[in-house]
Amino acid sequence: MTRHSDSANESYRLNVNGSDREVTDAWVGESLLYVLRERLGLPGAKGACEQGECGSCTVIMDDRAVCSCLVLAASATESRILTVESLGDDGRLSDVQQAFLDAGGVQCGFCTPGFIVAVHHLLDRNPQPDDEEIKEALSGNICRCTGYGRILEAVKVVARGRTHGGAA
Amino acid sequence: MPVLRPRSVDHLLELLADTPDVSVLAGGTDMMVEINLHGRRPGTVLPIGSLEELREWEHQRRAGTVTIGAAVPYADMETGELAELVPALAQAARTVGSPQIRAAGTIGGNLGTCSPAGDILPVLSALDAVIHVLHRDHSRDVHFSDFMTGVKRNSLRPGEFVHSVTVPVTRGWQGYAKVGTRNAMVISTASACLVHDAVEGHVALALGAVAPTIVRASRAEAWLSKQIDLRGSFSVSVETAQEFGRRAASETSPISDHRSTADYRRHAVSVLARRLLERSAA
Repeated sequence: MTRHSDSANESYRLNVNGSDREVTDAWVGESLLYVLRERLGLPGAKGACEQGECGSCTVIMDDRAVCSCLVLAASATESRILTVESLGDDGRLSDVQQAFLDAGGVQCGFCTPGFIVAVHHLLDRNPQPDDEEIKEALSGNICRCTGYGRILEAVKVVARGRTHGGAA
Repeated sequence: MPVLRPRSVDHLLELLADTPDVSVLAGGTDMMVEINLHGRRPGTVLPIGSLEELREWEHQRRAGTVTIGAAVPYADMETGELAELVPALAQAARTVGSPQIRAAGTIGGNLGTCSPAGDILPVLSALDAVIHVLHRDHSRDVHFSDFMTGVKRNSLRPGEFVHSVTVPVTRGWQGYAKVGTRNAMVISTASACLVHDAVEGHVALALGAVAPTIVRASRAEAWLSKQIDLRGSFSVSVETAQEFGRRAASETSPISDHRSTADYRRHAVSVLARRLLERSAA
């Protein structure tokens, strides 16, 4: 990377979606978001604000939902990282992804991967959240299209579906 | 090697003492913004988050204190036993950023950055927290009032780092309140923490984002003690609560910036002080 030729570069290994991935000759200041997208071919997490405000880059790190733009990639070598690409089986949509489509919770779609990860994280810990809990859990994800009502509806559809036997 | 990987706290102290110009990285929520948006070029980075010892907290029942490791994230303060032991800390932690920020940001990082708007700093001030500072060759305990020395400045010396923080478990009401432009994802325009010590008969009030450092309203605290017997539960008149707020605000030195004006900050902090005092009496 000529852009950062002023700093020494790093090679390290990250555990992403269950696989060990080699990162070679990377600038030390690269965020996890950058490494996922530009070095590991995982463009699901989106970059917008680069300061933890918008939530578009949300990933799961050691069972916590975090903004990957605020994680120094080279410091995450001992963490288990899950991205939106790990959700759903065999190319099929997850129940949360399908519910977002059905409810109209996707418009331009830019914020959607971050929301999907945040909703999976919420429902894994709290299968029956009330409205306040849903809003609180998604308060770090910004959507400028939907007005949130349909996203809220999608979360409730999944919660009901999972409780009544799984098929959402 | 630009990213150091400490295997233990002792190893971390060796690395810190032996490496010039090293940046200690806690949760990353401040440093990464500087790197992503403000052109910071870190030389050598020393991440502390993977050390289990720093991610733990402990209740010392006999001493009546709680010690919190530097890498404990805000999320761990929001609920559960720690929130019951130090309710004001839980309230302040809940107002930080978003769930994603609270999962990453830490108490040690808040102290390392030492922003006047740092949300849990007024709590540490009002509780007279002790910061445990380690160096390879020495250790020292620093009172919060001696730790924060200015806007994003603290009294850490080269080779030192914040290992943990001890606060007392108090008997009496305590709470935190802040003013910002919205309910979530907001940096404080003004903030306040009030701790009522029902045994000693004292109220501590710390104010944030209204001066270069967190301000203890010690003159307002002393004035209140002369107006009301604060041992046990107490009641306070509207006039006394208002005067307490006015006196507290007069001890601040706010500035006008992109977030607010000095006048508004002074007004807001007087309202916060009054409300917290009324809540502690209710």
